Amino acid sequence: MKTFTLSPRTIALTLKGIALLSIIGLSGCSSMGIEPWVKPYERQNLADPIMRMNRHPSASMHIAHVLEGRESSRGAEGTGGGGCGCN
Amino acid sequence: MVVTNWLNNSIKLLAALSIGISSLTAQAAVLDPDRADMLYHSYEGGGMTIDGPSVMLRKKASESVAITAYYYMDSISSASVDVVSTASPYTEKRHEGQVGVEYLYDKTLMSLNLRQSNEDDYLAQSFSINVSQDTFGDLTNLNLGLSYGDNEIKRNGDDIFEEQSEQYRIRAGINQILTRNLTASFNVEAIADSGYLNNPYRTVRYLDSSIPSGVGYQAEVYPETRNSFAAKLSASYFLPYRAALFFHYRHFNDSWEITASDVEVGYRHPIGDSIELELKVRYYQQTQAEFYSDLFPYRDAQNYMARDKELSDFSDITYGLGITYQLPASVSFGDTRSEASLQWDYIDFQYNNFRDPTADGGIGNEPFYGFSANVIRAFVSVYF
Repeated sequence: MKTFTLSPRTIALTLKGIALLSIIGLSGCSSMGIEPWVKPYERQNLADPIMRMNRHPSASMHIAHVLEGRESSRGAEGTGGGGCGCN
Repeated sequence: MVVTNWLNNSIKLLAALSIGISSLTAQAAVLDPDRADMLYHSYEGGGMTIDGPSVMLRKKASESVAITAYYYMDSISSASVDVVSTASPYTEKRHEGQVGVEYLYDKTLMSLNLRQSNEDDYLAQSFSINVSQDTFGDLTNLNLGLSYGDNEIKRNGDDIFEEQSEQYRIRAGINQILTRNLTASFNVEAIADSGYLNNPYRTVRYLDSSIPSGVGYQAEVYPETRNSFAAKLSASYFLPYRAALFFHYRHFNDSWEITASDVEVGYRHPIGDSIELELKVRYYQQTQAEFYSDLFPYRDAQNYMARDKELSDFSDITYGLGITYQLPASVSFGDTRSEASLQWDYIDFQYNNFRDPTADGGIGNEPFYGFSANVIRAFVSVYF
C-alpha cells in the first residue's frame, strides 16, 4: 500500500508558500503600490457582532468535536485545534 | 523523517515570522472581552447517547494578557451498530481540560494552549502555539500555529495492552477584508500521526465457510502513520438589512487515500434588539480508506484492514437551527451582559459501502447502513 501520498516535497512547497505569503503580508502590500482600500471608518458593518464567525466559541468547539468523531476529515477549521483524543 | 522535516521547517518559519513581526511598528490591537460560557450538550443517534456540561472562562489579566480555562465532559452510552454486532454496549466518561494564555504585543497576538483529555482507556495530552498578526492597515490578518499531542491507549479488561501515538500539526491562515461588507479567509493545516492509530476494540469481518455463521471476525490493523492536508476557504457577507451570510468550503486528503470535502452555508438574522436567529446547511462527503472493506474475502486478506464506518465511503448532511436571546439587565449579574442560546443540529449519515450486519439479506448483501443524529447545545454566555 502507498504510505505517503503527501510527499515531503509537497509539504516543503506548502511551507514555502506560507512563508512567501507571510513575507508579502508583513512587508505590506503597500510596497507593491497597493493601499488598504477599506478605511477603518468604513468597517462598522464588519465589526457588527452578527458577523463574527466564532460568535459562540464553546458551541463551535462542540460542533468540531462531534464531526471529528464521525468524519475522517480534520484540520484547517481556523479555530486553533488540538486533537480529538477520542477513539 | 517527514515529521522531523516538518518540525525543522516550522521552526524556521516561526523564526522568520518573528523577525518580520519585530520589525513592524503598528498601532496596538485589543484583546477579546472577558466572558464566561456554561453549556449543556447532547448527541443522540445511531445507538449512541453522549451528553454533558462544558464551562469556558476567559479573563484579561492586563491590557496585553488574557487567560482562558475550559472544562468539557462527555458521558457516553454506546450501543452503535459496530458495537452491537461484535461486542457489548458500554458506558464511559471523558473529561477534558484546557488552559491557555494570550499575549498581545502591538498587533501581534501570541497564544499557548495546553490540553488534556482523560478516559478509562485513553489519555491525550497536547499543546498548541499560535501567532497572529494584523497588517496592511488592519485589512489583513496572518496566523501560524503548531501543535504536538501525545496519546496513551489502553484496552479495558486487558491490563497488558498499552500503546502510544503522537500527532504533529502545523497550520497557517490569512483573513482578508475585501470590501466594507465582505471578509474572506483561507486556512491550511497539515497533520502527521504516528504510532497506534487503530481502535483497540474494533474488528473487521471476513468470509469463513468453516463456521456455521459463514462470517469470522478479526482485529483491525491500521498503518502506523497517517499524514493529512486540509485547506478551507471561508467568507462572511453583511447583508444590507443587517443580517450575515456565511460560506465555508474545505477540501481534505490523506495518505490513507481518503479524499473529503465539505461545504456549509449559514445565515444569521437579528430580530429586534434581543434575538438572533441562525440557520445553516452543511454537506460532507468522503471516499474510503485504501485498506477499508465491508467484508474481506478471507482471514488476514491484507496487511492493513479496517471496517470502521468512519473510514468508508459516505456522505452526511446537517440542518442547523439556533436562537440567541439577550437577557434583560434585570436578570443579569451586576453590570454584566448575558445571553442564552439554544442550537439544534439534525445530521443524516448515508454509508455507501458499509452494510448493516444486524439486518437481513445474507452476508455481504445486507442493506447499506444509515442513521440520523440530533445534536443539541443549550448555553448561557456572560460578558463582564
